[in-house]
Amino acid sequence: MLKRLTLAAMLSLGVATGALAAGERHGGTLVFTAPYGSSFATLDVQASPNTQEEFIAQAIHRALYSWDSIQNKPVLELARSEDVSEDGTVHTYHLRDNAIFHNGKPLTADDIIYSYRRIANPKNAFPGASYIAVIKGADDFIAGKAKEISGLKKIDDHTLEITFVGPINPGFSLMQNTTVIYPSDVKDESSFAKTPVGLGAFVFKEHVPGSQVVVEKFDRYYEEGKPYLDRINITLMGEDAARDIAFRNKEIDVSILGPTQYQAYQGEDALKDYLLEVAEVYTRTIGFNPSFEPFKDKRVRQAINYAINTPLIVERLVKNKAYPASGWLPLSSPAFDKDKAPYAFDPDKAKALLAEAGYADGFEFEVTASPNESWGVPIVEAILPMLKKVGITVKPKPVESSALGDAVTSGNFSAYIWSIPSGPDPLNALRCFLSTTPQSACNYSSYANPEFDTLFRAAEQERDPTRQSDLLRQANNIVQDDAPVWFFNYNKAVMAYQPWIHGLVPNATELAVQPYDEIWIDETAPDARR
Amino acid sequence: MLRFTLRRILQVAPTVVVVALLIFVIFSVVPGTFAVSLFADGKRAADPQLIARLNEEFGLNKPLMERFVTYVTDLARFDLGTSFRTRQPVVDLISDRMGASLQLSVAAMVFAIVVGVPLGFLAALRPGSILDTTTMIGAISGLSLPDFWFGLLLMYLFALQLNWLPSFGYGDGSLRNLILPAVTLGVAPLALLARTTRAGVLDVLNADFIRTAHSKGMSEAKVVRWHVSRNALVLIVTTVGLQFGSLIGQAVVIEKLFAWPGIGSLLVDSVAIRDIPVVQGTILVIVLWFLIINTAVDLVYAAIDPRIKQE
Repeated sequence: MLKRLTLAAMLSLGVATGALAAGERHGGTLVFTAPYGSSFATLDVQASPNTQEEFIAQAIHRALYSWDSIQNKPVLELARSEDVSEDGTVHTYHLRDNAIFHNGKPLTADDIIYSYRRIANPKNAFPGASYIAVIKGADDFIAGKAKEISGLKKIDDHTLEITFVGPINPGFSLMQNTTVIYPSDVKDESSFAKTPVGLGAFVFKEHVPGSQVVVEKFDRYYEEGKPYLDRINITLMGEDAARDIAFRNKEIDVSILGPTQYQAYQGEDALKDYLLEVAEVYTRTIGFNPSFEPFKDKRVRQAINYAINTPLIVERLVKNKAYPASGWLPLSSPAFDKDKAPYAFDPDKAKALLAEAGYADGFEFEVTASPNESWGVPIVEAILPMLKKVGITVKPKPVESSALGDAVTSGNFSAYIWSIPSGPDPLNALRCFLSTTPQSACNYSSYANPEFDTLFRAAEQERDPTRQSDLLRQANNIVQDDAPVWFFNYNKAVMAYQPWIHGLVPNATELAVQPYDEIWIDETAPDARR
Repeated sequence: MLRFTLRRILQVAPTVVVVALLIFVIFSVVPGTFAVSLFADGKRAADPQLIARLNEEFGLNKPLMERFVTYVTDLARFDLGTSFRTRQPVVDLISDRMGASLQLSVAAMVFAIVVGVPLGFLAALRPGSILDTTTMIGAISGLSLPDFWFGLLLMYLFALQLNWLPSFGYGDGSLRNLILPAVTLGVAPLALLARTTRAGVLDVLNADFIRTAHSKGMSEAKVVRWHVSRNALVLIVTTVGLQFGSLIGQAVVIEKLFAWPGIGSLLVDSVAIRDIPVVQGTILVIVLWFLIINTAVDLVYAAIDPRIKQE
């Protein structure tokens, strides 16, 4: 099963790379959809952690690193090369000398230092501060105890030395849209929210609040021959049904699909060949609170995993728009263990484990859930009869999304169902199970296992990527065995695109966010788009 | 007339105050905060330090009473506060969207009046006719159609099948983009107006003074123009006022569906992420709009029918 899933993920990679191989064409307008709401919170993307603003960031801005969807790892973006000290903590970046901001200012080390200071400034309370915290001295700066971030050192205009708190891969933190680089010569910082200035392939043109952001090609972009497109209309379209009609009417060039649409598009000849799929780095689970007596016992938690027919729910309810989870780390993770089998559907084993744990007569618990169709109340309702057969009574506790976040981060639940990031950095994803990680951070199930901690700490110090992945794989398997959650699925993100669109990539971090400078439109596009 | 106008305007103030207090209380007790909602979509792990910093910055750690006093003081100075999400003044966010909302509401109401009133009038003049029956069946259907479904139906028909109109968006603000959302929003008030007009006109037609006019030898056309229209107008104006006032609030679903950049979609987004200052400001503006329209309607009544002013 898992081999088939991995193959599916690789095939989807093939779809995208195949699109890149054809002859690129310059010109045209791309109508891209931002599907996560009906507005952009701000154009100052350093201030916003929302996915919705990533669409703007991707067009207008650049960070020190970027995510390479083909290599499935962060790569240098604003530096041509880096030297790393022997202990792995000091990185010396040789910055691009041809990167120019949209206001004409060339990129220098000062801009990066300015941007990181702005992001970490305690007065701003920006969400990206936690990413800057990987730089030595940033914690003190964020806490207001230091006037500078000691780990940032300008060598010359195009050489920057950054000392990190440990031998980490800084790319995962410094590729985020909340850590993009702004020019240091803009006097009025509030202007970033209205007229953003960046280093990206597209220049900000217009923002119609609640409707769209328009960007146009930046002629002095540092990647020669790019971008291909003249213009992008990033259109807000939060409603699935309306997006479906607009896509079929060729008013928009891409659309993110939900489970029902995915099934429908697969059945239509005109649409089924233009679907891009990827296993995203989110794991959907039901988390158990160990302060609830039955969940203290590992056998009870394992019994629940055995009692639920996960593949059936993925097939019938999620319409196969997900991959059944075999552990915490997702398919696209470098530390994913393809040989580790998921919990099998085995109600008899579940009953035996419950009896061993002293719950032969079952028990009752409540699952706090949002209305989300892929990881909410409908899923809880689907597991009710399965758990009932082994004597466990489940009661859904429906709450709105924001209230779910409140309940989970405050530990106010017996169990909850949620989608939780499990990548792209496997080290960061598994940190959530470290015994020292607070419940309110991401250790929602208050997980603690000394064996896991030892493996994790070893992985943290390991600089060889292969050996590090191996340690993390072992740690991930311990989590799977301890079953602090019901492992439900890894999200399969699906994007439908028009036949004239090329250059889309299977971005496992967020499929909806695409590298606009790689996208091009062929001559079969409607006149208005060419 | 001036005293009447002043009295009606003064009656608006206590309503606004009560609504403002209710909004504050409701959004103080609902679970979830802005900082936590940043992680609610499951796209990133919760960051307790950021949550603490944001709660501190937005004053959400302060006691409820202190926040209430700040809210009331700011409101008294017509300051709706600053959005948690965009960090821009709420007034700016609302004014950015108000034009599109008014455009949609006015277009929907014009559509409802232009079609609904004549239809209701004609149906009343020929009760029991095919026109009457068809109009009333149409009106009941219009009232019972869910907006969301009707909007999708229009999109499917006029955008996807006929390719006459764009299915979504504001575009450059042209009439082509406005038609589908305005018709979707206007169909319910149209139906109500048609029914109300028919009932109002029938009521007047059966009144003694109409029979008197007929017996004096006044022509049918003159009776309708001078007596029926003017007397039926009070009921029509009432319905128009109530419907127009509530359209901005009702537009929430339509704005979401058609990706129309009005304050309705701003409100929905803000509720979801607990951007309380924007929620409070937007609801206040919607309520204020309703009250202004109703006050205007009262004043129009007084102009149409002097008896109302005397009462």
